[in-house]
Amino acid sequence: MSPSVRLQEMIRVIRGARTQGEERGVIQRECAAIRAQFRQADNGTRSHNLAKLLYVHMLGYPAHFGQMECVRLIASPRYNEKRVGYLGAMMLLDEKQDASLLITNSIKNDLSHNSQYVQSLALCTLACMGSAEMCRDLAPEIDRLLRASNSYIKKKAALCAVHIVRKVPDLGELFTPAARSLLCEKNHGVLHGAVVLITELCERNPDTLEQFRKVVPELVQIMKGLVMSGYSPEHNVAGISDPFLQVRILRLLRILGRNNDTASDAMNDLLAQVATNTDSSKTAGSAVLYETVLTVMDIKSESGLRVLAVNILGRFLLNNDRNIRYISMTSLQKIVQTDHNAVQRHRGTIVDCLKDQDASVKRRALELSLALVSAVNIRSLMKELLLFLSSCPPELRAHTTSGIFNAAERYAPSQRWHIDTILHVLTTAGGDVRDETVPNLIQLITTATELHCYTVHKLYRALITDISVQSLVQVACWCIGEYGDLLLRGECEETEPVQVTEDDVLDALETVLQSHMSSPATRGFALTATMKLSTRITHNVDRIRSIVSIYGSCIDVELQQRAVEYNALFKKYDHMRYRGSVCGAPSPSLEVCDLLDLLGGSGEPVPSSGLSHTVPGPATSTSGGDLLDLLGGLDAVERGSVKVYEKNGVTLKLQTDSQTDTGMTITLTATNSTDGDITSLTLQAAVPKSVQLQMKAPSGDVIPARGLGLVTQTVLLNNPNKVSLKMRVRVCYSSQGAVCQDTVQIDSFPSPAW
Amino acid sequence: MMRFLLLFSRQGKLRLQKWFTPIPEREKKKIVRDMTTMVLARKPRSCNFLHWKDLKIVYKRYASLYFCCGLDAEENELIALEMLHRYVELLDKYFGNVCELDIIFNFEKAYFILDEFLLGGEIQETSKQVVSRAIEASDMLQETMEEYMSKPAF
Repeated sequence: MSPSVRLQEMIRVIRGARTQGEERGVIQRECAAIRAQFRQADNGTRSHNLAKLLYVHMLGYPAHFGQMECVRLIASPRYNEKRVGYLGAMMLLDEKQDASLLITNSIKNDLSHNSQYVQSLALCTLACMGSAEMCRDLAPEIDRLLRASNSYIKKKAALCAVHIVRKVPDLGELFTPAARSLLCEKNHGVLHGAVVLITELCERNPDTLEQFRKVVPELVQIMKGLVMSGYSPEHNVAGISDPFLQVRILRLLRILGRNNDTASDAMNDLLAQVATNTDSSKTAGSAVLYETVLTVMDIKSESGLRVLAVNILGRFLLNNDRNIRYISMTSLQKIVQTDHNAVQRHRGTIVDCLKDQDASVKRRALELSLALVSAVNIRSLMKELLLFLSSCPPELRAHTTSGIFNAAERYAPSQRWHIDTILHVLTTAGGDVRDETVPNLIQLITTATELHCYTVHKLYRALITDISVQSLVQVACWCIGEYGDLLLRGECEETEPVQVTEDDVLDALETVLQSHMSSPATRGFALTATMKLSTRITHNVDRIRSIVSIYGSCIDVELQQRAVEYNALFKKYDHMRYRGSVCGAPSPSLEVCDLLDLLGGSGEPVPSSGLSHTVPGPATSTSGGDLLDLLGGLDAVERGSVKVYEKNGVTLKLQTDSQTDTGMTITLTATNSTDGDITSLTLQAAVPKSVQLQMKAPSGDVIPARGLGLVTQTVLLNNPNKVSLKMRVRVCYSSQGAVCQDTVQIDSFPSPAW
Repeated sequence: MMRFLLLFSRQGKLRLQKWFTPIPEREKKKIVRDMTTMVLARKPRSCNFLHWKDLKIVYKRYASLYFCCGLDAEENELIALEMLHRYVELLDKYFGNVCELDIIFNFEKAYFILDEFLLGGEIQETSKQVVSRAIEASDMLQETMEEYMSKPAF
């Protein structure tokens, strides 16, 4: 009976175990028997016991007690024991185990064994788990084998040398001469090993790379031989002669031709030949073509060749094989920046891939389509992207919407198109858009003054159809509140006007207020819009008053506060309701209202006289201005300024520039002591109700790192009633990718610097 | 280079694992878990390429076995597919119509064949015949030794 049946018997028994527990039991018994056998003297079954242990190891059980047995078996004179011993070493030992050092001597002896199969075992093991020390020890042996042995050993020695160079890069110089001479071999295995070795040497050492540029003609010859040769049964794969070797040579040529005109010229013809002659109906041919394209795009090739390469990728896009389509798109993605026009020619095919079944292909097609958007193709491409959005997988939706918004922002041919596009996205995928979409859209609508009528009509129609998409509902409410009079007028140039009554519009807003689908923020929008309409409609003011008073006892604190304040507007400040409060107000950012609410916490309702004053000016700066501000700012900081905020390395100082009986001018200065720039800095301020506040434009919104610069902003305060001056400042900025926001209260101001 | 090659069944049972870089035992187990989860979750007609950390993963299903390899980022995925196919062809030639059971019961042979085809994470021989002949010769050497060992000593 052949001894190895015992191994197979054990495997059968283990597989027959019906539960995990039973299997564990069997394995424990077997391991105990194996351990006992290991302790005995040599009985001819050692290799089988180790093989059994290796099987157990593969199932996931511990097998470290077999390490020493591996060492012993490797040292055995018998081939079958050596074979299993080396296999065990590769599976159980790695360079971190102490036992691995013990096999260095055995490997050294076996490298000069008279049987090439024993030599092969040693080479294989060294290349698999040889540590840096072992590599240093045995490198001269490997070099000897590289020069003087048969091809069977040479090819293995070459790859062993590759491993040594990866572990100990300095040893690369040792192998360079041998590597060079190996290129003259005819044997494909040796050639392949040589090319891999040269590639590794060139990647690690620029001098070696310089040296090997001279062999480009030789490599070109070898490659030509492969491409033009007839059918060679030994190396043929689907009509391609040794595609593995071809791919490696092309990769080496890429490294040699990079950034070098001479080398690139020398390989130009060959690349063109390979690109045109290789049959790509099977994977092997496509693999060679793919490598060729990568090489062409990376070296200094002629423009004609580059176009040829991009066309190959374009052909790949039409291939039935999904893998090839995927490969093509990843490659196109890499070159879309540098060869934009060439890739544009294949836009149609890329857009078709948006409809592919495979999720990876869809993702790649989306990335590419977004990269290909330009002013010329924006209209047609956006149609395709919107179509894609309606059927795209959920994990891609957020990315798609943000890509569409970016593209629309950059290339919108008209404001109306821009608004239409954003509305389309909101109706299709409103749940997957970024948070800033709502304020951004409001901003956009505000600036498109001629389109107010059109926009409010569209949004009203959207609102009465569906109130589930919060972002859309919020914008619709705001718009109706703002331009409701245009809606009620019943005429519109751009689109078919609606014939609605004031009640219809209030019905729509009330539906939003009462729906359980509406989030608190949405309700806030709806309530404010209802309030605003009180100044734009004539007949139903009482209805509005009743809606608002109902919400005065709403559970939601935010809503309740708003309702109470609006109620007060109806009662105490009805005369002010028209002037300067809710009509003609600039686009409200919710945070500004919050800021005021903070100050008005004394219990008195705050008439919104401050609303229009506290939005800070846009952050514009000229370089000349910056320089002056730098100088001025530095001066100001030195004299009598008060530090009002210090956190995360950001410091805000306040300095009084001048003061009169009824007002003062102050300057806020922001500095940054962290290692990274602070960006998107905005300062907002609020003051008590009788004080008027005007913030001048800040000097910038970026504070350079390490105190190398600063941002200043001047604030004018007018205090006609001479109340005690207090100010609350909100600081917002981005630091190292995180957004920070803090509020500070300033109760006393320093006396002026002068 | 290839970082690792794994063979596992449709139930996630590991049938062969070859690691070409030194990795701690715990991390090997984690990688195997990640690979089996990722690959087994793929739909039948998906693309054979995946991204995992900084590696490209190429996998192919042959009957009841998944062949899965992890490659460096600059490797050619299409030629990796051909590599996996070549290994399957070598196994098929050796075992004659190879099936999963052959690899289970003769796992050490599967390793020996792999070690004649790949070395240090790279292909060492591009000719099918040369690899097959080398395996046969090694087997012959082994058998001769075993016959010699099992002959009764007179």
